[in-house]
Amino acid sequence: MSSTVLDIQDLTIGLPAGADRSSAVQGMNLALRAGEVTCLIGESGSGKSLAARAVLGLLPGPRVSVTAGRILFEGQDLVSLPEREMAKIRGARIGMIFQEPMTALNPLHRIGRQIEEVFRIHTTLGTAERRGRVVKLLADVHLPDPEKIARSYPHQLSGGQRQRAMIAMALALEPKLLIADEPTTALDVTTQAQILHLIHELQREHGTAVLFITHDFGVVADIADQVAVLQKGVLVEAGPRDAVLNAPQHAYTKALLAAVPRLVVPDRPPATAGLVVLESVDVRKSYAAKGFFARGRSTQALDGVSVQLHRGETLGLVGESGSGKSTLARAMTRLLPIDSGDVILKGEGITHLSTKAMRPYRRMVQMVFQDPYASLDPRQRVVDIISEGPIIHGTPPAEAHTRARRLLGLVGLDPSAADRYPHEFSGGQRQRIGIARALAVEPEVLVADEPVSALDVSVQAQVLELLADIKAELGISMLFVTHDLRVALQICDRIAVMRHGAIVELGPTAEIFASPRHPYTRALFDAVPGAAWSQGAEILTPAE
Amino acid sequence: MRRWRYFGYRLLLALPVVFGILILNFFLIRLAPGDAASVLAGESGAATPEYTELLRTKFGLDRPLPEQFVAYILAALRFDLGFSFRNDAPVSELIFARLGPTVLLMITAFTLALSIGTLLGLLAAVARNTWRDAVISVATLVCYATPGFWLGLMLIVIFSLHLGWFPTSGFENIAEGYEGWERVVDVARHLAMPAMALGLFYLALYTRVMRASMLEQTGMDYVVTARAKGQSERRIMFGHMLRNAFLPVLTMAGVQAGNLIGGSVVIETVFGWPGIGTLAFNALQSRDLNLLLGIFFISACLVVIINLIVEILTVFLDPRIQA
Repeated sequence: MSSTVLDIQDLTIGLPAGADRSSAVQGMNLALRAGEVTCLIGESGSGKSLAARAVLGLLPGPRVSVTAGRILFEGQDLVSLPEREMAKIRGARIGMIFQEPMTALNPLHRIGRQIEEVFRIHTTLGTAERRGRVVKLLADVHLPDPEKIARSYPHQLSGGQRQRAMIAMALALEPKLLIADEPTTALDVTTQAQILHLIHELQREHGTAVLFITHDFGVVADIADQVAVLQKGVLVEAGPRDAVLNAPQHAYTKALLAAVPRLVVPDRPPATAGLVVLESVDVRKSYAAKGFFARGRSTQALDGVSVQLHRGETLGLVGESGSGKSTLARAMTRLLPIDSGDVILKGEGITHLSTKAMRPYRRMVQMVFQDPYASLDPRQRVVDIISEGPIIHGTPPAEAHTRARRLLGLVGLDPSAADRYPHEFSGGQRQRIGIARALAVEPEVLVADEPVSALDVSVQAQVLELLADIKAELGISMLFVTHDLRVALQICDRIAVMRHGAIVELGPTAEIFASPRHPYTRALFDAVPGAAWSQGAEILTPAE
Repeated sequence: MRRWRYFGYRLLLALPVVFGILILNFFLIRLAPGDAASVLAGESGAATPEYTELLRTKFGLDRPLPEQFVAYILAALRFDLGFSFRNDAPVSELIFARLGPTVLLMITAFTLALSIGTLLGLLAAVARNTWRDAVISVATLVCYATPGFWLGLMLIVIFSLHLGWFPTSGFENIAEGYEGWERVVDVARHLAMPAMALGLFYLALYTRVMRASMLEQTGMDYVVTARAKGQSERRIMFGHMLRNAFLPVLTMAGVQAGNLIGGSVVIETVFGWPGIGTLAFNALQSRDLNLLLGIFFISACLVVIINLIVEILTVFLDPRIQA
């Protein structure tokens, strides 16, 4: 039944001189069969996206190009195909979906028109027929009210709806091959589960071969038939999913798999609950259109949230985008003004303190941010970044600098890093610098807003370990914001599940995991990619 | 329907702006030392204090400030902007007689700059790093760096004096007494050079903005999507990128429309164009304060109107706005 649709042979993609390696992909061999999903997995910079784009001849510019090898699509070599012939294959026989559903659609054209464009290019269908096909396609991807969606502009749809529209577009002409470049990475877990299900369903229905690019082993466990692991442009392992996941051969695959946070609660001594350090009491916050001629509806970001953080514990705030978890974290550090309610730090109400009166309390609560690239001043040396806080609070500069160097050791960086600039470090290293910066003023509470979400799994595991060590060593409390339940289980003592600006469930991690009471919590657990596999169970080949 | 409500809302927002301009105008008059009566008295040569006082009563300058303010606003609402003693005519009459030619000049220069600028920017972006891009870039740089009045003079020297293609100055050839289409052609011949001299700077500017904007769009995801659909490069360019790239150019053009009025003062003087610019220049030289403030008010209103038009255009081009 399985015939080879795509055969990548000795593919090498050259990079311009001055890049960190000479080729993005080196001598890659991979065969895709009809009706199968092949996951190409790798960390950032592994060349997985470029490999996918090379298939469609969409490599960026003349400087990055295929320098050797062949890409045989139904027996035809795509590498040597002239642009005019390639254009006939794109969209018609090979479809593609992208990571960012926000930007992958033209913001100025209606959804219907953008899907119709595919028919316009590749078929001779009349207007009415094209319209009919568009509506049918939108219905096929389970979008509600397809007629209305077709008339909508991209900004009027949610991320999940946009991605469904993209899938409808990619599958419009029933291509033999679908290339999906991290199509669910930018989506919430519950949406991600739906989209994965949809791709799987459509692919089975039409016998499409799918090249699925991802960095998430959970997704692989859910959707893949075949897995190929790419490390720095070299394909280190390929094979059937169960073989690769359950009995990896290559050391890199093993390391990657070991770093994936499992959906289990690790054994650890129960945290002794100390006194309450930081507390929010009935905090409310709404975002409304402000101004003299204000119009429009307001959004209730926090709807009467009360939560307590005890000394020495890690409290996880878990939720999907728009749940209010980041807003709560910022409200509790008083980085964000609140509408009503109180924030209490060590028994003192800090809700209405003036900027000046707030200053001594600022030292006690410090933040670690999500984006390690944007949260460090690019024009400051690392030592200055770290010691700025203590100096503001009155430490003599010389002493602050010495301490900064010591802190770098604590977060696992060489003290010589102090005299360099942020751009010289990798994402994980920058996040370590960010943690050192937060620790420099000896805070009692660390507020970490998605501190590992922008990092690769292997780095993610290291940073999580570092945070746990530091917490144990310094006895500080941590408020840990994340969208990833697996990460929350790893590091949190208690978990608060948030939805629509309210906490729907709050309890010890083990309890929440073992017996989630709220249906939303259960839905979140169910939506975790590779849930069954993540719990350590051997994968059974799913029934067709 | 929602769109029209939005336009109504924007129009409503323009009213306080116009009102603000009026207030500013009123106090600008009061800021100058002395008042209209003393200026007028001074003009007449030897005026007695009694005569000055008489003038004050006549113009209502002896009444309390709030009362004067209300009277001023009411008058302005009737487009009564005061009296120009220099020209011995109401200010509004003087301005409205000159408004047509200036608006014609501005719109022509603006449209030329925007359309040709967009087109050249597009061409430069498409032909990036080729000789065509280089030629366009150098040409825009030269236009960008050349002062308008000098350009105007050079245009006159070349196209009027040497080649004799266009008339040197004026709005139309009154002596010929053209009617209908002949008159339109005549005015257009007079309009060509001033519009070019006024618009060339902006043309260069929009070319550069459009080129940068196009290049920025090249890397966007939706362009890759279109390519992945199998769309041809030409269609991607005109069907997808052009409108996206044009939006920032339009926004910038709207903000800069006000500068066109400032620029027209010089250009109108060079070409003897009977518009507000020449009027303002003369008013400035003869210290005709009332007339100057009237011109200030009308040109501010013009800017408000142009911004409104640009905003409405943007709404039609960008569906994301208006929610």
